[in-house]
Amino acid sequence: MLKTIKKLASFVGEYKINSILSPLLVLLEVVMECFIPAIAGELITFIQSPSKLDDLIFTKPIITAMQKSVGYDNIIPIIAVLCAILVVLALLSLMFGTLAGIHCSRASCGFAKNLRRGLYEKSQDFSFENIDKFSTSSLVTRLTTDVTNVQQSFMMIIRTAIRSPFMFVFSIIMAFIVGGKMAWIFIVVIPILAFTLIMVSKKAMPIFRKVFKKYDKLNGSIQENVAGMRVVKSFVREDYENEKFNAASDDVRNDFTRAEKILAFNNPIMQFCMYFLMVGILLVGSNLLISSGGRAFDVGNFSTLLAYGMQILMSLMMVSMIFVMTTMSLESANRICEIIDEESTIKNPANPVNEVKNGDITFENVSFKYSQKAEKYALSSINLNIKSGQTVGIIGGTGSSKSTLIQLIPRLYDVTSGRVLVGGIDVRDYDIVTLRDAVGIVLQKNVLFSGTIKENLRWGNENATDEELVRACQLSCADEFIQGFPEKYDTYIEQGGTNVSGGQKQRLCIARTLLKKPKILILDDSTSAVDTRTDAMIRKAMAEEIPDTTKIIIAQRISSVQDADVIVILDDGKINAIGNHDSLLESSEIYKEIYTSQMKGAGNDE
Amino acid sequence: MNKTVKNPRQPNMGRPMKKLKKGTFSRFLKLLFSFYKAPFIIVLICICLSAIATACPSIFQKYVIDTVSTALKEMQSGMSTGTALDTYLPPVITAVSILACIYVVGLVSAFIQTRTMAVVTQGSLHKLRTLMFGKMQKLPIKYFDTHARGDIMSHYTNDIDSLRQLISQSIPQIINTVIILCTVTVIMLSMSFWMTLVIVCGVIVMTFVTKKIGGSGAKYFRMQQESLGATEGYVEEMINGQKVVKVFNYEPKSKERFDKLNSKLCSDSTNANIRANTLMPIMNNLGHILYVFLVLIGSLLFTNGVTNVSITGTELFTIGTVVAFLGLSKQFTNNVSQLSQQSNAIIMALAGAERIFELLDEEPEVDNGYVTLVNAKYDENGQLTETNERTGIWAWKHPHSADGTVTYTRLMGDVRLNEVDFGYVEDKIVLHDVSIYAEPGQKIAFVGATGAGKTTITNLINRFYDIADGKIRYDGININKIKKDDLRRSLGVVLQDVNLFTGTVMDNIRYGKLDATDEECIAAAKRANAHSFIEMLPDGYNTMLTGSGSGLSQGQRQLISIARAAVADPPVMILDEATSSIDTRTESIVSAGMDALMQGRTVFVIAHRLSTVKNSDVIMVLDKGRIIERGSHDDLIAQKGKYYQLYTGAFELE
Repeated sequence: MLKTIKKLASFVGEYKINSILSPLLVLLEVVMECFIPAIAGELITFIQSPSKLDDLIFTKPIITAMQKSVGYDNIIPIIAVLCAILVVLALLSLMFGTLAGIHCSRASCGFAKNLRRGLYEKSQDFSFENIDKFSTSSLVTRLTTDVTNVQQSFMMIIRTAIRSPFMFVFSIIMAFIVGGKMAWIFIVVIPILAFTLIMVSKKAMPIFRKVFKKYDKLNGSIQENVAGMRVVKSFVREDYENEKFNAASDDVRNDFTRAEKILAFNNPIMQFCMYFLMVGILLVGSNLLISSGGRAFDVGNFSTLLAYGMQILMSLMMVSMIFVMTTMSLESANRICEIIDEESTIKNPANPVNEVKNGDITFENVSFKYSQKAEKYALSSINLNIKSGQTVGIIGGTGSSKSTLIQLIPRLYDVTSGRVLVGGIDVRDYDIVTLRDAVGIVLQKNVLFSGTIKENLRWGNENATDEELVRACQLSCADEFIQGFPEKYDTYIEQGGTNVSGGQKQRLCIARTLLKKPKILILDDSTSAVDTRTDAMIRKAMAEEIPDTTKIIIAQRISSVQDADVIVILDDGKINAIGNHDSLLESSEIYKEIYTSQMKGAGNDE
Repeated sequence: MNKTVKNPRQPNMGRPMKKLKKGTFSRFLKLLFSFYKAPFIIVLICICLSAIATACPSIFQKYVIDTVSTALKEMQSGMSTGTALDTYLPPVITAVSILACIYVVGLVSAFIQTRTMAVVTQGSLHKLRTLMFGKMQKLPIKYFDTHARGDIMSHYTNDIDSLRQLISQSIPQIINTVIILCTVTVIMLSMSFWMTLVIVCGVIVMTFVTKKIGGSGAKYFRMQQESLGATEGYVEEMINGQKVVKVFNYEPKSKERFDKLNSKLCSDSTNANIRANTLMPIMNNLGHILYVFLVLIGSLLFTNGVTNVSITGTELFTIGTVVAFLGLSKQFTNNVSQLSQQSNAIIMALAGAERIFELLDEEPEVDNGYVTLVNAKYDENGQLTETNERTGIWAWKHPHSADGTVTYTRLMGDVRLNEVDFGYVEDKIVLHDVSIYAEPGQKIAFVGATGAGKTTITNLINRFYDIADGKIRYDGININKIKKDDLRRSLGVVLQDVNLFTGTVMDNIRYGKLDATDEECIAAAKRANAHSFIEMLPDGYNTMLTGSGSGLSQGQRQLISIARAAVADPPVMILDEATSSIDTRTESIVSAGMDALMQGRTVFVIAHRLSTVKNSDVIMVLDKGRIIERGSHDDLIAQKGKYYQLYTGAFELE
């Protein structure tokens, strides 16, 4: 826990001064706030019996001095001066409080900014392996909700966490000075309150933690329902879904109610303590006052003592609240630290090669598994030679590691053993940016970003001219549908590309990659949602327009790969056969099987 | 699926705050009240009691101090301590005892109030949630096609959360505050008009300052919300596209753009927080200054022996009055600042309430159908009659309102579209003059480019959308007359995007027919060729699927969804690109499953791969919303039209 706090504290950075000033100013504000009731109480005492100054601790010297100059009977000027002092104290307190508020806001917002930036930059440097480890949704939560939680706690700590304990101690001291024996009444009450607060949070916290998880699940199931609404409606399962949801929601309700019922003790107990104090002070105080003839205790002390009593209880309340808040955000802090501690598994070499000569690709005895612990290799003993400019088709069933194979080329993952060479040089020796610029890859699970089509395309090449954009889109057969949009290339793509169809999205993604003018172009099942005719046109355009680029096509359809120079058949992470369409038809059982299933198989049933 | 319905360009979060509709608050209160009448009244009474208990001690305080002061004076003029104690202590004890009793009442009501509130709050939220969820189930598919999932979800998360605040804290606190303020005012007036006047002036100044700060605070707060929305939206988008970012070496640019958003967020939230964080010290210290004024004016009144005027009459101004007023002023100002703090929370919560009402007011899917699907059997005369048992024979029960007779038509699966026109938005027709005749047991295939309108046709058959013109008949009955639930029950659907639900594999299969036995589900899985891989799963049919069925491959998930459709056993099936995300080797397994499923059913198939549709009875070639060719595979090949081109095109590229 200490480590976590230390790590997070380093993100305060340039806001250190604000972060230190803020509690200091709060301290000053509290001192002022503590003096004000004390002096006000003395003022009242003074008004009541102007001749008796023995009980006045703070104001006695001032009053004596004043009495000498204005005389003993004229008390109005003295009252005025004391009031002026009080106003000055209040103004000082106002100033300190406001400044503290400003510094605290700067510090906490700045801290959050640094934290977010740190996390974001870290996440940008993550390798695919790192990303796989944290799922994307958990990364997003850490960067948003968790940061907000930690920021809130940070603000609480530099503001209230110092204020409340200080207020507590100071008020107790003052209570003893002002009230003498009377202050013992606090010592009776405080443990009761403290005990209740601790017990309540101890009982309620685990329930809350549990119910929050359930609550997340409930929301997850709503999301599932929204996403699967077509299924729900098709199967006419609205009532069933309602029942399911009601049960889950009711479960959440019960747990929440249970926890809140426990929390409900807090307020009455706090009030009980306050009332107890009030009654006690009034009762014991009057007795003391009368029996001592006003010597042990005076009237002004009544209100002062009561004011301090309130402050003590309030600060206890605040401390318990801070305690609950920070323990809750501690989990957020831990999650954030997990990201900070994560090391990117792919790093630039010491003396990187900054040029990719050509599009040759060689796999030398490559084996790969996704994690050290995994028993099964995703790829084993892959040997493959691809010449610059060749078109290579890769086919194989799901789980045959087609995507894995090609992700080794731009070093999205590192091999477990063996080597992958691009342009004759081991990919691990290249500068990563250089390598990835040279290797264009259209991922299977591809995304477009919110922004216009133009902006999306320029991911491939920031400086591409409009003509180049259109050219790339013509190659990928995207131009035809873009021209059909009212705003053409300025059409706004929604987040996640939800306003274009799957096939359109794929074609835009291909165009985007083409704009990189890569030496190696990899299409990972990138035309699955495109119809056969367009698919064929795209392949034809590529063969004709970028003949020098090495093209690797992963596909489900035989038609997508059958005209490739080399076809690789992967099966269970191993190369099953290599050849061209004709030779494979002769030699490979798997190829023949796929071919017949796609071209003839269905027809034979008739 | 919202291919044609484009959302207007808008930031996904941080919606601009609209002016609140009038009546939202009272509607919300009415709704809450309707959930929990009695508890609400109890809470209301409790709040009143505890508020009064909090407010009145100052009266007793004043009384005690005045009594003690008198005692002290008497003692100064010679009364012995013993006599003073005897004379003045008993009334003090009586007063304090009364106070203690009031406190006990206050405590008990505070306790009842918070406990009841826990029940009321969570109960109301639960009822609200189920109300929303139930409503959502009734909405037409169009709603889901035109609303972003994130926006729908935020009703259940953000909006409900802000209402939780409103119900559990803001509303009781406001009632509490108002009652305390009223009580305190009455007490003040009963003590002294002059001093009350001072406090009222002070409070006016304080409200003015709060308004000033609060007003600009609200503006910055809104800006902060917008920046937060923009930043979080950006993070979400980039992290989701992280792999693409890496592939394009976009990291530096992405960091740069993030930095800009992040810095803006920082400055906006600093501004907003400064307003929020300085409000309290300002209010507090204004309260202190007011306190000082009270002391000053009070002591002036006291020393000058000014006659005090109050509701109870006129008397000499006492020091007890001053002390009591000091306490009262604290209470008064604290409650005023409470009120100003709550006002922001209330506005936010009401905005949430309004959004929830929008969902609740959404037009539900209308269903004027009266033809229902019933179990049927042939009686001894060979007449089709209704029965309660499951016979495996289904019939459409068609009541005729004109003569009060009922006719039964056997469910066959004959679907006909006659000159159908349709557009997702009124002025943009995407299907033109589409006619399709599917006889029972036939396999009808749709072929065409993306966006040609294939999926749209299936959306019309199960009435996710209603046609603009033309007619669709099911077993000779206009589908507008059929109850939607019964219509959909007679249609099985397997979609490209497989949606499985959290639960076991068995639960997911049983989704197709809730009263299916385990044996039936397993039999369905066997028919769909899913049985063998399910057996291989760690827990077999009891394997839990979480999220969107993670852990299973796309193909395996599709197989489960086919088994789900199989167990429902509908006479008509719609397969919308059911196999396009499955690799071809798996597809052969899946298609074998599907072929078994298609036996004896009317089937509509949409597919990219011509191999999947080749053996269909009729193939429709769609282009830009029109059927341009129709016929069997052999017919179409013979026609040498578009289909022929498509088909041979795949071979030509050798």
